[in-house]
Amino acid sequence: MTKPLPDSVDAALALLSKGEYVADRSLATALFLALKLGRPLFLEGEAGVGKTEIARVLSQTLDRPLIRLQCYEGLDVSSAVYEWNYAQQMVEIRMSEALGDQDRDTLESGIFSDRFLIRRPLLQALEPSADGPPVLLIDELDRTDEPFEAFLLEVLADFQITIPEIGTIKAAEPPLVVITSNRTREIHDAIKRRCFYYWVDYPDAARELEILTVKAPEVPAALSAQIVAFIQKLRQEDLFKLPGVAETIDWAHALTQLDCMALDPDTINNTLGTLLKYQDDIAKIRGSEASRLLSEVQTELAIAGAA
Amino acid sequence: MTAQAPDGTGGRLPENIMHFGRVLRAAGLPVGPGTVLDAIRAVAAVGIGNRTDFYWALHAVFVNRRDQRELFDQAFHIFWRNPRILERMMSLMLPQLQSDADEQPAEDISTRIAQALAADKNMDDAEEKTAEELEFDSAMTWSKTEVLRQKDFEKMTTEEVDAARLAMRRLRLPILALPTRRYRPDRNGARADMRASLRAALRTGGDIIPLKFRKRQTRHPPLIVLCDISGSMERYSRMLLHFLHAVTGDRDRVHTFLFGTRLTNVTRYLRYKDIDVALTKITEEVEDWSGGTRIGHCLHTFNRDWSRRVLSQGAVVLLITDGLDRDAGAGLRIETDRLHRSCRRLIWLNPLLRYDGFEPKSQGIRALLPYVDDFRPVHNLESLMHLTDILSEPGSRRHPGMSKWLEAAA
Repeated sequence: MTKPLPDSVDAALALLSKGEYVADRSLATALFLALKLGRPLFLEGEAGVGKTEIARVLSQTLDRPLIRLQCYEGLDVSSAVYEWNYAQQMVEIRMSEALGDQDRDTLESGIFSDRFLIRRPLLQALEPSADGPPVLLIDELDRTDEPFEAFLLEVLADFQITIPEIGTIKAAEPPLVVITSNRTREIHDAIKRRCFYYWVDYPDAARELEILTVKAPEVPAALSAQIVAFIQKLRQEDLFKLPGVAETIDWAHALTQLDCMALDPDTINNTLGTLLKYQDDIAKIRGSEASRLLSEVQTELAIAGAA
Repeated sequence: MTAQAPDGTGGRLPENIMHFGRVLRAAGLPVGPGTVLDAIRAVAAVGIGNRTDFYWALHAVFVNRRDQRELFDQAFHIFWRNPRILERMMSLMLPQLQSDADEQPAEDISTRIAQALAADKNMDDAEEKTAEELEFDSAMTWSKTEVLRQKDFEKMTTEEVDAARLAMRRLRLPILALPTRRYRPDRNGARADMRASLRAALRTGGDIIPLKFRKRQTRHPPLIVLCDISGSMERYSRMLLHFLHAVTGDRDRVHTFLFGTRLTNVTRYLRYKDIDVALTKITEEVEDWSGGTRIGHCLHTFNRDWSRRVLSQGAVVLLITDGLDRDAGAGLRIETDRLHRSCRRLIWLNPLLRYDGFEPKSQGIRALLPYVDDFRPVHNLESLMHLTDILSEPGSRRHPGMSKWLEAAA
């Protein structure tokens, strides 16, 4: 039994929150459009803001299988779409040779048949499945190169793939496609044109607090408030890589493991590595800068508490 | 142009979306008829009960880059909501009426949107532009290349400059191609191409399997150019823009940045096929021509905002500057170090090297030198031609000639 797709923006929002994903209404709108009009959803944003998570939540809440294609430079048809099982094919040739009773055409159709086809993510995504069309996650598309993008264009336009030896395989129902990019290079406009685009930004304080409550419920509320306020301050700093939501959650977990009830300069200095991933950034924040940010946070929270 | 609020009753909404699409297109967003149809479909799917949803539905269709968001946002609010801003736009179209009344200028409206909404206003400017273009467009005669090649850009006469520009447009930059992870069939390749082998085997009926081979493909790495346009570099950088235009048109994955006191990405403008159009656009866009230089600050901006977007896949960086820094090399060391570590090769082109007795004494130069892989002159056509040799030669990352400079700078 296939779960129905959301029929309004509110339903899409509810779907995401059911999967413990705290989303903006804007994201829900883009998602709803993508599902409703059968187009891919193109998510762009800094690392660690929860792009991949959206696909995971979709597959979970809609009960669809998640098929993930991790992109890398030089990704080609044989690792993204399909590959023939050469070893088995060769054995088959030898076998038929030994029997000596097959003509060329039967051999050819025997060798290039379904039995020897190794399905890679894109082909898997087009195949009918009992649970309805799967969620196809094409992760970090910016890591691959332009030729693969061009190939993808063809797949995304008609949801069909042509294998010369077999013929064209077309999806009965198109999969739900989510494409993510970290923007290490610009993706060609032709791809983006076929998608609904959404830039996933860092969340604001209120939303980040909400995320932390959902994702790290064991963290005491007072500490969560401090963590979020500190990270929001940190994002105002001139850093090479700003901490994402994933880092916030990691840090919250790390601090609870350390039995920390409230932030203090020493703990921040010792755990800064969970937040910042560049030595220059750590050197810049560690010590006096961290103390300064912390005292600002404490003052602001005290004022907010008093009011 | 109608800017009525959509009431959903009449058939005006699709029409208004179409007009909105046209405004966006005029503002520079890639909006075609297909996009407009998509937008109408998207709005129909989301419904128009909720303004936020309406906004984000149009956003999901029309915007497909992060930097288009501000333009979209402004255009949306002007077009769909606030008729008063539209009135102000009208007054913007008639600037003479505004001249003595000391009204607040509409500076919160991006000039691109303003121009898009007031397309007619530009008619007058068009003539001025043609006048400007004439400056560049001169009839050229092919002069003695040999003399020209060795002549310093700074000492060229106008005619020679024109001839040099022409020669520059013909220069090609053969950067050493890097092996990629892709293969192509090759008789002498090192790896067996199983798929081709099996297909060939069937052709013979499977009795023998003739081995087919494949080989790694190679490809040019991306080229990033950071060019100094401060006062001391002016003559050179203006010449080099012609060269950069030729390189940009010649191959893919070239990104050009100009810097003086701030960093500007001019890649988009260099893609105009006509060099005069490209130069006019660049002159309009870049605000710090012939000013001071803040190399450290600009490299910092580059590292923070652009390096991760353009330096992937083994990029080669050309840094064109004389190294004379207004900030006396402040922060330069750290930033160059980072730049050097993020790219495959960092080549510094410095016109000051034209002097035989050049010594790396200035603060900026000494800060830069330890982190560059090669240090070359760039003051005449010949040095540019040498550049093509440097870029196409295999070998170690750091050029052996660098040790001489490092000693001098120590």
